[in-house]
Amino acid sequence: MEVDTPLLADGVVVEAHIDPIPCEVRVGAGAAVKRRLLTSPEGPMKRLLAQGSGPIYQFAHAFRDGEMGRRHAVEFTMLEWYRPGLDHIELMSEVEALVQELIPETGGARFDRVTYRELFREFASIDPFETSVGAIGERCAALGVDVPQGFGDGTVDDALDLILVSHIEPTLAAERPLFVHGYPPSQAALAQVRVPTDEQPATADRFELYLRGVELANGYHELIDADEQRHRFEEANRARVASGRAALPIDDALLDALRDGFPPCAGVALGFDRLLMLALGLDRIGDV
Amino acid sequence: MASYGTSDFKKGLKVQIENEPYLMVDLEFMKPGKGQAVYRVRLKSLTTGRVVDKNYRSGDSLEVADVEEKTMQFLYKDATDFHFMDGESFEQFQVSADAVGDASKWLKDEMECDVVMWNGSPITVTPPAHVEMKVTYTEPGAKGNSTGNVQKPATVETGAELMVPIFINNNDVVRVDTRTGEYVERVSKG
Repeated sequence: MEVDTPLLADGVVVEAHIDPIPCEVRVGAGAAVKRRLLTSPEGPMKRLLAQGSGPIYQFAHAFRDGEMGRRHAVEFTMLEWYRPGLDHIELMSEVEALVQELIPETGGARFDRVTYRELFREFASIDPFETSVGAIGERCAALGVDVPQGFGDGTVDDALDLILVSHIEPTLAAERPLFVHGYPPSQAALAQVRVPTDEQPATADRFELYLRGVELANGYHELIDADEQRHRFEEANRARVASGRAALPIDDALLDALRDGFPPCAGVALGFDRLLMLALGLDRIGDV
Repeated sequence: MASYGTSDFKKGLKVQIENEPYLMVDLEFMKPGKGQAVYRVRLKSLTTGRVVDKNYRSGDSLEVADVEEKTMQFLYKDATDFHFMDGESFEQFQVSADAVGDASKWLKDEMECDVVMWNGSPITVTPPAHVEMKVTYTEPGAKGNSTGNVQKPATVETGAELMVPIFINNNDVVRVDTRTGEYVERVSKG
């Protein structure tokens, strides 16, 4: 079912590195109150799922303050959908079928699937689960990636992100479409985390699709534990404050939905402008 | 010292890193969906022309370089330095052979050049893109060999050497592209 949810809200999905666009809104005769243009429709859509909507999708405008570049726009269109009963592995196949339908030259063969660990081992000779900021700094030097000011004071995730955008993504540009899954728990966001086994550290049931080196979609086997979700939002707010950003109000309605009727499901958000950019053979998102 | 934050970054900024002035020639915003943004800037050294790629993250900053461009007239060269005059203030500047670099090959009296100043001192000199040069010496062209792209060496009034077509003679004036050091056309016959 196609749905259409509000873009403006008070509480949000709190992420360390994503900023909603703040606005002042007058409600009735009172003083202006602070609201935010949402960075994704995830919170409102999950409330519909908790109320028994069944599978839903929407083309939503999404807003991310400060993101402007060759692959980024402060306002963009997201195709987001949820599938009760599926997990993220099954949802990957559905994303693959959609992309192959829309960009025929990606058809013919299945997309490759690698874990986050395999991705970093293969393309950067790093085990992302057994590394340190210092060790990543040394790999950066060997790979010719300039290390920014204050790199040593950052987190392992920030250091891995630097390798990802400066070295791995450009390398993926020449590769076939690729799903990456099994993220470190610290990058789980709103995904379930799998308990560790003897062979495997704990990983998040999250995936990303890379097409010609462009990050095109992000999906989760959705976390259904409201307390764990609140804990992650609070962690994200601590990280925001530590990096000089303001803490954001948590979307309590989303947490209530997780407590009351939210079905096991998988969900994915696909950058629609990026999909069009790739389908049309363009290089800049501004040209779409 | 004034500085630019990452949100001020744009092409054309003049910045300074470890006592070296750079021009920001390219800027790319990179960010994993959930991760930290990285600004990759391409910087060109204003003294050596060398290009480097550097990464910055939100909260980082770059020092502002005190750089300005002036039009100056070439006056004369002494044993070690070149002397120029600011066309507006008539102030005279002594410029080292290092800073003049390859431009020295094409400098003629009163030639108007673009001079980049950093902290009040000249660091690079760029002559006009096209200059007229009198040929002081070239071998006569062999008869019957005047077709096609056959070229021969020639020396011009500043002492610079370049390849010219076979029909050019001593005292001809030729137009030269100073960016490539190549012959463009004959202006007049000697």
